[in-house]
Amino acid sequence: MADFFAMGNYAVYVWPAYAATAVVLVVAILSSLRAHAKARENVRRLEMEIGEGDKTT
Amino acid sequence: MTAFRALLVRDMKLAFLAGGGASLAMSFFALVATLWAFGIGPDVTLLARVAGGVLWVTAMLAALLSLDRLFQADYEDGSLDVIALSPLSLEMAATAKIAAHWLTTGLPLVVLSPLLGLILQLPPPGYVPLVVSLAIGTPALSGIGAIGAALTLSIRRGGLILALIVLPLLSPTLIFGSGAVIDALGGTGRGAFLFLGAFSVAAVALAPFAAAASVRLNLAS
Amino acid sequence: MAVTMTRITVLANPKRFLDYSSALLPWTGGFAFVLLAVGFYWALFATPPDYQQGQSVKIMFVHVPAAWMGIFVYSLIAGASLGGLVFRHPLADVAAKSAAPLGAAFTALALLTGSLWGKPMWGTYWQWGDARLVSELILLFIYLGYIALWNSIDDPNRAAKAAAILSLVGAADVPVIHFSVEWWNTLHQGPSVTRGAIDPAFLWPLAIMALGYTVLFLWLWLLRMRTEIFDRRSRALMLAKGA
Repeated sequence: MADFFAMGNYAVYVWPAYAATAVVLVVAILSSLRAHAKARENVRRLEMEIGEGDKTT
Repeated sequence: MTAFRALLVRDMKLAFLAGGGASLAMSFFALVATLWAFGIGPDVTLLARVAGGVLWVTAMLAALLSLDRLFQADYEDGSLDVIALSPLSLEMAATAKIAAHWLTTGLPLVVLSPLLGLILQLPPPGYVPLVVSLAIGTPALSGIGAIGAALTLSIRRGGLILALIVLPLLSPTLIFGSGAVIDALGGTGRGAFLFLGAFSVAAVALAPFAAAASVRLNLAS
Repeated sequence: MAVTMTRITVLANPKRFLDYSSALLPWTGGFAFVLLAVGFYWALFATPPDYQQGQSVKIMFVHVPAAWMGIFVYSLIAGASLGGLVFRHPLADVAAKSAAPLGAAFTALALLTGSLWGKPMWGTYWQWGDARLVSELILLFIYLGYIALWNSIDDPNRAAKAAAILSLVGAADVPVIHFSVEWWNTLHQGPSVTRGAIDPAFLWPLAIMALGYTVLFLWLWLLRMRTEIFDRRSRALMLAKGA
């Protein structure tokens, strides 16, 4: 197990590389999902508001 | 043909009237070269080795100086519309502007470069390659710079973004240009001038089309 | 080719694109997750050390796919730009704009991982002698300029066309840039530049990772395109509300 983490003395290069990769991918995924949800919510809200506006007139 | 020449002459006159034309670029070139010497220090051998590269990078920056107004000035006062409506095609108009820019910015830098080479301790074998490489390479700076200028003409204070989009595209010119000087100093002949020339020819031939397309998209609103 | 063209024109309608993409989303997302899970596991736990590079070769599995994506996405942007300028496809600029930040992120990641991969080999974190790494650095600048141009022009239609022209000029220039960097290096006989042929034991996990990155990109690209379309719809609705 310790051997695995040591990565044959290259641990200080291998793990930061994988960590950076994980961080970038996760941030990309989360930010894309969040922006998508927010944008879709915005549209729904506006469409409802306009729908109600039509009803009152 | 006369319309082309008229635009060329007009742009050159404007450059001299408005911004002191060649003297602005030349002063900047000289000043920054001096700053480099201050920054690097009085180590003569070191300066000699970096002089070619330093002068090339500085020339690129000096060429950038007048680019952001290349189309923007005419756009703002309506002259660009007039040019677009004239019998001269936008591609030819762009060519005229590129030529005017080179004549008022690039060419003066070529002329001044040997003097700055002296200040930066450029060794004797480097002078002719420096001048020739700048002469061959600066037209590409004007050409590709013009594309950036046309793309950013509607952006107020677009000089910085102009630099950001144009400089990476000019990497080959810089690499081959300063490479020519390095080769001359080191005795390694790698065909730098050939590649530099090929790139410049392609850039100058194709840039007017991209620049004209960019002008068109900005005028068609 | 004809079928692809019909498909692409079918997708020209934003509403239809939204319908198609919402059906695709769970599949691409799920497939990406599976591929990356398998890929990461295989790369980390089931690959042998390289006889030259030892365990540092494992960085290859996160560096090469990222580098590949940086270039792949840029060609997509150039293709979309062509589609927008020449064929006037209505969603072309949405496609290009959405892809750019992802491409830039992959390129930056490629540079970071490439530098870490190189340090044990070269002794320095940055090796000017590696033409591919230097070209990737210039590509990152090209991405940043492209994104900045989109953000600097107020009128979205102008921004789209300007960005399209810029991406095509860049696409023509990138091969020349790469060649010039390689030429630049012929003087500097630095440490061995090529990383050698790939051991077959590494080929499968590398392929799976590359595919995983690609499908992940597709998923995120669809999400971001939909986001952009929703935002445009919101803006139109706001204008209608105001009136």
